Amino acid sequence: MKKSIISILAAVISIVAGLVLGLVVVMATGSDAAISWSCFTAMLTSGFSSMAKLAKVLYQAAPLIMTGLSVGFAFKTGLFNIGAPGQYLMGAFVALVGAIQFQLSWPICIIAAMIAGALWGALPGLAKAYFNVNEVITSIMLNWIGLFIVNISLMNMPKMLPPHWVPSPIKDRTASLKYANPDGIIPKMGMDEFFGSPYINISIIIAILFAVVIYIILNRTTFGYELKACGHNRESARYAGINAKRNIILSMCIAGALSGVGGALYYLSGEADYNILKVLQANGFNGIPVALLATSNPLGIIFSALFISYIQVGGEAMQPHFATEVIDIIVSVIIYLAAFTLLTKGLLSKVIKFNDGKDANAEPKPAEKNTGKENGK
Amino acid sequence: MNILADIISATVLFAIPLLLVALGGMFSERSGIINIALDGIMIIGALLGCHTLKWLDPAVTAGNLGSQVAVMIAILVAGVAGIALSLLLAFSAINLRADQTIGGTALNMFAPAFSIVLTWAILGQGQTTMTLPTWVRIVQNNFGKEASGTFGDMLVFKSLYATHFLCIILFAAAVILLYKTKFGLRLRACGEHPQAADSVGINVYKMRYAGVMISGFLGGIGGMSFVFAVGGFQSEVAGYGFLALAVMIFGNWKPWSILGAAFFFSFFRVIGNYASSIPFMPKLSNVEGVTTYLWPSIPYVVTVILLILTSKRSRAPKAEGIPYDKGQR
Repeated sequence: MKKSIISILAAVISIVAGLVLGLVVVMATGSDAAISWSCFTAMLTSGFSSMAKLAKVLYQAAPLIMTGLSVGFAFKTGLFNIGAPGQYLMGAFVALVGAIQFQLSWPICIIAAMIAGALWGALPGLAKAYFNVNEVITSIMLNWIGLFIVNISLMNMPKMLPPHWVPSPIKDRTASLKYANPDGIIPKMGMDEFFGSPYINISIIIAILFAVVIYIILNRTTFGYELKACGHNRESARYAGINAKRNIILSMCIAGALSGVGGALYYLSGEADYNILKVLQANGFNGIPVALLATSNPLGIIFSALFISYIQVGGEAMQPHFATEVIDIIVSVIIYLAAFTLLTKGLLSKVIKFNDGKDANAEPKPAEKNTGKENGK
Repeated sequence: MNILADIISATVLFAIPLLLVALGGMFSERSGIINIALDGIMIIGALLGCHTLKWLDPAVTAGNLGSQVAVMIAILVAGVAGIALSLLLAFSAINLRADQTIGGTALNMFAPAFSIVLTWAILGQGQTTMTLPTWVRIVQNNFGKEASGTFGDMLVFKSLYATHFLCIILFAAAVILLYKTKFGLRLRACGEHPQAADSVGINVYKMRYAGVMISGFLGGIGGMSFVFAVGGFQSEVAGYGFLALAVMIFGNWKPWSILGAAFFFSFFRVIGNYASSIPFMPKLSNVEGVTTYLWPSIPYVVTVILLILTSKRSRAPKAEGIPYDKGQR
């Protein structure tokens, strides 16, 4: 219990520091301090300003939960899945191809996206397990390769583009699902009327279910225990008879599958078309801060994804005075600080220990010592 | 013949940023710190270098300042900016013993965002593209000659920048520094066995700081030379920092091998760019997006394949990525 309170406190400190630096940047680069301040407060409050904005926060949180789970799951097993953008993109691509080209319904598209993401995630896993190639470099290369493959494929699939479905000259994005295949849209279950926004659908519920499933796998199954053991110490896991190679590949597959579903959830809403651009989707990268803020806890990831989504919706309120990249600056500060959460956590636990030192009895102390040692490493 | 001159000069042009940045990565990793932030360092270097060039532009066009002097100032600014960003990585990785990959990722996210915000603030809302002044390139006039259009002329002056000369100097300096000086020996010791290095009186923290700062300097200059190569800056370096890391791994953390690897990778990049005008490449005229997406993917695909093929003989510094804790000997 105390451990989780400390984790939450450390996350809050990172967030506050990130926001303060964001404010400094806005104040320093804006021409008028009053405008800068109003933009900044608009960014902070925008997400709750109306039901429609809240709906957008929830809609954008769903893919972030998925990519956050993807990165977090890999972290738990000792891997850094910076390939989430590529896996996300592959999931989005396969989901859209399923929905538009093959006119499949949304659950099948999501499953297809899951498989696509898993396969794309398996590649760096295989390279790591059998050739000991650093998964970070291969993942980054595969992100770019995936982007090139998806874009060139879409450009050469006329059925995927708007002119095939509606008279339109637009050829730089995929056709809207509303015209191409209404069955491919994730159902809204009346939530759109409640929130007064077309963005909302059951994707947020699907994502939360995934988070719960991952939590159970990691904490309540032998399989999850083996994966975590590999993450802690690969050699001793192997000594204990755990197949480390198999586990690396499997955990990259699962991580990839989660990102792939994220891509499907975002693009099967019927409100987002894939833009054929030479830019990787930010939703994939943002899985990293989401996972770090929650210290890779699957249930914590739900909340950190909601937070990141919230400030991203807020970032739109800063335009046209400031580039939305101000949000990226804030997020990067949060990651930077999260990188040494161990230190902040160590400090916090000292402070908290000092406060309740009187009523603590002898029993919890050895446990604390243990965590202290782990942190020291 | 002209296309051959183009390909050779472009290969050299694009090999320079790869070589400089990979050498930077080598110094950092040889000291024991994984510097995945090189991409961000390149962006910050390029950003401040470009703004310096823009700031010096009036003085140069008025004839008050030599054009190549201005370029050297910009390159120096880029290097110092790179050092500044690398210090953030060094602080988290060395003093706070944080996860080096995550810290680097944060900086990689920070750099392009900061670059866009700053460029907006200076150039005006929505402006993100910085173009290079024409006087940056070294042309025949700088040597008091006329353009002659011969093969040799095309080869040398097609795209010649101050970074060409600087790169040769820096490469020689890097080789000497790493292999022929006490400093280099100590740096390598810190990357292999920091405990042993510490036991003979080497300050591991200081050496690692030095390694990361050298990588920041070279990374910043590499960013500037990348801008020279592509002719403009849009707050991104197309993943060159990561390609440079792959070059470093492929070059086995050794300067001469890195030199070869940089040219090798650059050659593939240039083939990707010139593919549509090279006679023996397939035309694929009925496929859309070949020049924008198919050929440019070549260097990335080659990188993955090569990393897998050469992984067996690859030998990373033993202690890289492991924070050094003085109390844990």
